[in-house]
Amino acid sequence: MSINEIQDELISDFELFDDWESKYEYIIDLGKQLPPLEEQYKTEENIIKGCQSRVWLHTYLEGDKLHFAADSDAIIVRGLVSMLVKVLSGHTPEAIAKADLYFLERIGLHQHLAQTRSNGLASMVKQMKHYAIAYQAVD
Amino acid sequence: MTTVTQQLDIAKIRRDFPILNETINGKPLVYLDNAATTQKPRQVLDALTGYYEHYNANIHRGIHHLAEKATSAFEASRRRIQAFLNARLSEEIIFTYGSTDGINLVAQAYGRAFLKAGDEIIISTMEHHSNIVPWQMLCEEKGCILKVIPISEEGELRMEEYEKLLSERTKFVSVVHVSNALGTINPVAQIVEKAHAVGAKVLLDGAQASSHLSIDVQALDCDFYVFSLHKLYGPTGMGVLYGKKELLDAMPPYRGGGEMIKEVTFEKTTYNELPYKFEAGTPNIADVVAARTALDYVDELGKEAIAEHEHQLLRYATDALEAIEGLRIIGRAKEKIGVLSFVMEGIHHQDIGVLLDQQGIAIRTGHHCTQPMMQRFGIPGTSRASFSVYNTMEEVDSLVRGLHKVKKMLG
Repeated sequence: MSINEIQDELISDFELFDDWESKYEYIIDLGKQLPPLEEQYKTEENIIKGCQSRVWLHTYLEGDKLHFAADSDAIIVRGLVSMLVKVLSGHTPEAIAKADLYFLERIGLHQHLAQTRSNGLASMVKQMKHYAIAYQAVD
Repeated sequence: MTTVTQQLDIAKIRRDFPILNETINGKPLVYLDNAATTQKPRQVLDALTGYYEHYNANIHRGIHHLAEKATSAFEASRRRIQAFLNARLSEEIIFTYGSTDGINLVAQAYGRAFLKAGDEIIISTMEHHSNIVPWQMLCEEKGCILKVIPISEEGELRMEEYEKLLSERTKFVSVVHVSNALGTINPVAQIVEKAHAVGAKVLLDGAQASSHLSIDVQALDCDFYVFSLHKLYGPTGMGVLYGKKELLDAMPPYRGGGEMIKEVTFEKTTYNELPYKFEAGTPNIADVVAARTALDYVDELGKEAIAEHEHQLLRYATDALEAIEGLRIIGRAKEKIGVLSFVMEGIHHQDIGVLLDQQGIAIRTGHHCTQPMMQRFGIPGTSRASFSVYNTMEEVDSLVRGLHKVKKMLG
């Protein structure tokens, strides 16, 4: 599936929820299901420090596809991280670099991306794009 | 404290605060982040717009009617704040943009002129970053040494350790009057007395204290006192530095510019007298003027009555939150203002904040700009509910219900 197809699928998943509780319960579930990042990747280099919570991002190339694995110490951020990984991981650096992430806005979660200081999410997205651009340059 | 305090009409008070009618995520706003900033009553908002609508002018040098009116309102505010702090002289009141600004002013103007290598500065573990970093900057520049008063598990200053830190090398003590993260009220009169006994000067950070306690700088005998109006129902961007006249007189100016000069030539500039020496540039006139209204508002309700109401909220909330399984209150000082910091077992504070926000409840989560203290308690942060005069028991109930929901969702 392309990045946009995955985004569209997430958007339709969220259309099923008609109140905030079920929406956040789903995000919390996603957070719980995300496999924890292996300790060896929880390095100072991979950490993105927010004012409140931390995010770790590990990046690796397999063939021509860029993969992400990530984690956070807060469960809701973890759920959001899991969605971002689901959308962006396993695509070519070109596709990631030019991806337009519209799904968070469409499912009404963009405020979490806007809170630049409190969680590491916005910086994480920026970091994912940076890696993609860097790997593109290597090609 | 008097035994009979006037019972406040909270419903009537709430009508003074237009923002309390807001709905957040479709739910009525429950604002419990008052230690960060309080909301502003209509009276203060009217004072602000009244200034801009009727007598906005630059102050002190203008000779036209509006300039005179603005100047006189501005200086009336200074005298109002003098009375609020019971300062001896109105020129001991310097307008700043907030508590942080006041501490920086003292660290830079007093510290650079009077402290030297090897001198010791004492702060405490419970300081806000704004009462740590300015002193670290000074220490780096001048070679002074920073000493830190430890705190107990309850969140109180360990006074016996403070006494051990004091010596003839101690030249400055800068401590918080009331802790923003824990609510602890510190024994500041005692701190000042002991510091003075070794010849050290004392600054008290009153950012949290000013809205809850009566402050008498002459009785406290502190050398400097800072606070911010935005935590006291007043406008943002406006604060106060009180300093003893003889110290302020001896200190060199902090910033250069208009207003703070007597005469300027390219050869030599002479400085204005107090308080203008420390107020370079056009000041924050509108907010200074409205500050007076904020203090009038507080005095009309009565500080004791406000404190009593907040205390009832604190007691009620403490009991209610303690009943929640897995919740632990951080900061159990005997003397506290209406601040309730807590952690919940296995739940990240950010998740608590996000899920309460969904329910229209505003609290603060994180390290509260007191990272060294969070390290002392071995936690990354807390969730903090803080109360103000317009909060109700029903809002505490909403918080408790909200926390139960958080637990259920994350359990």
